Amino acid sequence: MKPLKIIVLAKQVPDTRNVGKDAMKADGTVNRAALEAIFNPEDLNALEQALRIKDQAEGSQVTLLTMGPGRAAEIIREGLYRGADHGFLLTDRKFAGSDTLATSYSIARAVSQNEYDIIIAGRQAIDGDTAQVGPQVAEKLNIPQVTYVEAIEEITEFYIIARRRLDNGIERVKSPLPVLITVHGSAPPCRPRIARRVMKYKHARTLTELQDASEDYIRLFQDRPYLKIDEWSVADIKADEDALGLSGSPTKVKKIENVVFKAKESRILENSDQDIESLIKELIDNHTIG
Amino acid sequence: MITIRLVDSKLHKIFIAVNNVFVYCEVQNNRLADVSLELLTKGRKLAGELHVGLEAILIGKGVSDMAKELFDYGVRTLHLVEDERLAFYRTLPYARLVKHLFEREKPQIGLFGATPVGRDLAPRIASSLKCGLTADCTGLEIGDHHDKKSDTTYTNLLYQIRPAFGGNIIATIINPDTRPQLATVREGVMKKEPLMESMAGEIKTLDVNGILQKEDFVVEIIDRHVEEKRINIKNAPIIVAGGYGVGSKENFKLLFELADVLGGEVGGTRAAVDAGYIEHDRQIGQTGVTVRPRLYIACGISGQIQHRAGMMESSMIIAINTDRNAPINSIADYVITGDFAEVVPRLIKYYRKNSK
Ligand SMILES: Cc1cc2nc3c(=O)[nH]c(=O)nc-3n(C[C@H](O)[C@H](O)[C@H](O)COP(=O)(O)OP(=O)(O)OC[C@H]3O[C@@H](n4cnc5c(N)ncnc54)[C@H](O)[C@@H]3O)c2cc1C
Ligand SMILES: Cc1cc2nc3c(=O)[nH]c(=O)nc-3n(C[C@H](O)[C@H](O)[C@H](O)COP(=O)(O)OP(=O)(O)OC[C@H]3O[C@@H](n4cnc5c(N)ncnc54)[C@H](O)[C@@H]3O)c2cc1C
Repeated sequence: MKPLKIIVLAKQVPDTRNVGKDAMKADGTVNRAALEAIFNPEDLNALEQALRIKDQAEGSQVTLLTMGPGRAAEIIREGLYRGADHGFLLTDRKFAGSDTLATSYSIARAVSQNEYDIIIAGRQAIDGDTAQVGPQVAEKLNIPQVTYVEAIEEITEFYIIARRRLDNGIERVKSPLPVLITVHGSAPPCRPRIARRVMKYKHARTLTELQDASEDYIRLFQDRPYLKIDEWSVADIKADEDALGLSGSPTKVKKIENVVFKAKESRILENSDQDIESLIKELIDNHTIG
Repeated sequence: MITIRLVDSKLHKIFIAVNNVFVYCEVQNNRLADVSLELLTKGRKLAGELHVGLEAILIGKGVSDMAKELFDYGVRTLHLVEDERLAFYRTLPYARLVKHLFEREKPQIGLFGATPVGRDLAPRIASSLKCGLTADCTGLEIGDHHDKKSDTTYTNLLYQIRPAFGGNIIATIINPDTRPQLATVREGVMKKEPLMESMAGEIKTLDVNGILQKEDFVVEIIDRHVEEKRINIKNAPIIVAGGYGVGSKENFKLLFELADVLGGEVGGTRAAVDAGYIEHDRQIGQTGVTVRPRLYIACGISGQIQHRAGMMESSMIIAINTDRNAPINSIADYVITGDFAEVVPRLIKYYRKNSK
């Protein structure tokens, strides 16, 4: 089978699944420093699907694309350790404050600078929690989408057959390429790091990360160009500045509330026959139970 | 229709049309989805506050019979689209049709269920119309907004209230400058209430010829196996819920017995579902259903935020937990500190003794 060009969209996210007491500041905003930055879980499922295609269609190229601050290069290295071939970091102050519309515009511009047969995203990021970026990118690229994918059952250079995980069942669809798919958490987990690749890529860096490195480091980088993680700015993706960042984001956050629970005046009862019988009588009297 | 043109908006030139509230109605297993009826109920209230009408979009094959039910929910105009090829939801043709209707009708608000269909369709439309879309709302209200930077006051905006960050925060989101204001809304969080007296509405049929293109059908459905939800705890007036502290599937029988005598249903936490004590359909919380029964009895549930998100609004909460400091206790009306295996049989015993 002909090798395919695969782009995986991945986001670095704070680990909102393990939120401790210090995760929220007193003013109700999120204390990102207290949360570990991780590879968005469903984006790892997405990467696994890409690597499986590569296993099948030898010579296929898996490129990871992430938009975020400089430190998001960490997830590109993670992807390289697990089997991705390249990574791009889309980073620019001008992207700050993007909602999903502005994010998808920027990602679609970046993707358009590359050739691709299939774009694989996670279903949903665990911080913004919208699941909107995948479909919005597909619309901007004017290609079909298949969301909630749990398995790619068949892939050729012309089409894919994918199984979708729905609320109460499954659906199998066939789509021509190029297509964007979003991968559901019920898909197989991502393969672990490969020791050989960790050795190979542990010095992979973006230019920004290299700026304060020693000269030796820069030589190493010249000898081994695969260690360079490309960084793209707004200018590199030829984007319209009004369509990205805050000015390209129609949604505005008016208010954020930390979910602190308002303590009710609870009545404390003993686990005794007397207390429980009087509770039952009370509930019957006030018609809570019949 | 009043049209105001915003000239200085950075978001290209948009027309804001003061117009109706639209609900995209979804068909599941040949019936209108509950979430669509919930949205119509909410949409009707929003439209009332805004002094505009409620309109619905219904797409499918052989779905015109459902019009009557939509009118019972206060729909004034139904945009009906029927075609052989539209029997099941497919992204591209459905998105093309909804986009067409939105461009033509210029609603100020467009609501979708946060289902696999709504979450596939709505972002595609928002991306094409360059509109703001808020995901997974649990509340919708009308309100004003003052933007300090431009010193502009916006009136009658849709406040879109949603949990984010894994349920740890609740954000209120607005779309000041783009129309329609689009939102997807969680199933089961809003009430479903038909009108007291049914009203007649108008059906506008949309002819797909000239709108749908051949390339809209490039993605084919090969097969689908979708089961009807068997268990419906959403509307149960009394819920006996169990957590990981219940300890086994066997022990859950006690909860079923209590639910049975009280005329309620059994629900549970994700930890209980993951441990295999009960079916996934019974999961309550952020990634399960949201319930607001008259009475919620929580047995062996610690009360993590993701669980509370789905039951907080119960009218009365009784917490039974061996740990007197369990977080669930702080939202409970009654706290019984003890082993559920002793408390539940007592509840059953004294209910039997005192009822009727
Ligand atoms: C509290 C809060 C609420 C928000 N609510 C909304 C809202 O309702 N509507 C709205 O438009 N915006 C909202 N946002 C903004 C939104 O979180 C950001 O736009 C974010 O960049 C993308 O959305 P997401 O995290 O929901 O990603 P999702 O749409 O859930 O992500 C789906 C997939 O898209 C890909 N992807 C997403 N972001 C990136 C990235 N940066 N780089 C590479 N791939 C990526 C990944 O494959 C990911 O799995 C909210 C933000 C916050 C903090
Ligand atoms: C993104 C995300 C989404 C999630 N969505 C959901 C969701 O939708 N719904 C949900 O429920 N959870 C959800 N969770 C999981 C949630 O965070 C908690 O892990 C879960 O709710 C805990 O379940 P539990 O209270 O049953 O278990 P535990 O936290 O283990 O609590 C067990 C409790 O039982 C008590 N106990 C033990 N023995 C007894 C006894 N004999 N009698 C009485 N009490 C006893 C203990 O004191 C303890 O308080 C989600 C988590 C994440 C990260």
